[in-house]
Amino acid sequence: MKKFGRYVIFLVSLVVRRETFTTYYKLVVDECMQIGVKSIALFVLVSTFMGAVTTVQTAFNLVTPLVPRYVIAQVIREMTILELAPTIMAIIFAGKIGSSMAGGLGTMRITEQIDALEVMGINSSSYLVLPKIIASMLMYPMLVIFAGVCSILGGYLVGTMTDIMTPTEFAMGLRASFNSYTITFALIKSFVFAFLIASISCFKGYYTHGGALEVGIASTEAVTSSVIAILLADYFLANLLL
Amino acid sequence: MIKIKNISKSFNDKSILRNISGEFDKGKTNLIIGSSGTGKSVLLKCIVGLLHPDTGNAFYDLRNFTEADKEIKSEIRREIGMLFQGGALFDSKNVEKNVMFPLDILTKMPLAEKLDRANFCLKRVGLENANKKMASELSGGMKKRVGIARAIVNNPNYLFCDEPNSGLDPQTSIVIDELILELTHEFNITTIVVTHDMNSVLGIGEKIMFLYKGDKLWEGSNNDITHSGVKELDDFVFINKVMKSLKGKSLT
Repeated sequence: MKKFGRYVIFLVSLVVRRETFTTYYKLVVDECMQIGVKSIALFVLVSTFMGAVTTVQTAFNLVTPLVPRYVIAQVIREMTILELAPTIMAIIFAGKIGSSMAGGLGTMRITEQIDALEVMGINSSSYLVLPKIIASMLMYPMLVIFAGVCSILGGYLVGTMTDIMTPTEFAMGLRASFNSYTITFALIKSFVFAFLIASISCFKGYYTHGGALEVGIASTEAVTSSVIAILLADYFLANLLL
Repeated sequence: MIKIKNISKSFNDKSILRNISGEFDKGKTNLIIGSSGTGKSVLLKCIVGLLHPDTGNAFYDLRNFTEADKEIKSEIRREIGMLFQGGALFDSKNVEKNVMFPLDILTKMPLAEKLDRANFCLKRVGLENANKKMASELSGGMKKRVGIARAIVNNPNYLFCDEPNSGLDPQTSIVIDELILELTHEFNITTIVVTHDMNSVLGIGEKIMFLYKGDKLWEGSNNDITHSGVKELDDFVFINKVMKSLKGKSLT
């Protein structure tokens, strides 16, 4: 509870004594490059293979001829939109971006760079952390959309190239009983997950004390805590919104 | 001038500083000296507001900084330059951007003016051709110089240096010390240097405060330090044969 209270105070400190809009604008653009653009390759790779593997495994489990083949595409669509793209990719995002945020801020803390900002009269938490959170919340939903497309594309390529189903069956499956609300739900999840990952990771990094060992510990804790928060939020959001 | 009054600080019931009071004069290099773990850096952090003292206050030209509200604190902080032990340069920025950083954040100067000012400060610390180098490409001494350039770029009234010689060879240490002394006189700044380097103490200590296990035991100048009559200070200063022989000479 003490840690949670500290986390809440940390979040409040981000919005008091802010710098100018121009300062944040530049920082957010920089962070978007770091967080978003530089993560695209990883997201493409992981999501394409996730879609491909899901296709093969769903086909393997559909042993009865009574179930039409297009159901495989339907399963891929639902799994991708509801869980694989927003949630599994969030765990990967926490591993890549969360640990980098915590490590970066932790290093800044132990090398007195954060103290240097404070001495200059800058609200260091707001200056360093707020742009990361905003950039994460801007970029992660886009990455989720991107990952969803790649996952479905991966499923399509493997499904059609290995004769699991025809392109027509795949297209039919994608469109069958489609509920567009699932996309809204996925995007809501992605906003929440992005906020949790960025804020928790920055919190862990910002309050690092000690040396290189503690920076490593902060990075590990950032990923662990973010993943736990993602899974809890996933459950509550599903209960609340579905 | 900076004045501190009854500053005390504890961590987890362990008392680090006890009722430290004193004055640091404008246009002079004021040194806080003492062996490791005596609370020098903690005192410096209490003065600049990185730590809040349990009791006591720091006054910047009669303005109570410790008890000030956020706006006044922010205003005073804009008059402060600080050199950290490791330089504390921002890894993601090159030398020029590091030096320009306080101007970017604290002023509305046009870019050309900021560049001029950064170049002037870099030239002043003897680093004319290092503008585009990243922090990781610099030696320890260069990092300290860039740190000093960044600290003075905003024309501060108060300059703080936390162990400016740590990790430097004796020659570079003297260069850094002389630079701090020159800048203090040139810009008429109130400079406070935390150090345990005896060369600095004897070379630039125009006013010295000696801390011992969290207490202030002595105050004076580098001319008085050899005949302070304080045993703990003598033990700190005359630790080796060379210094002992110096003491003999100064006393005779």
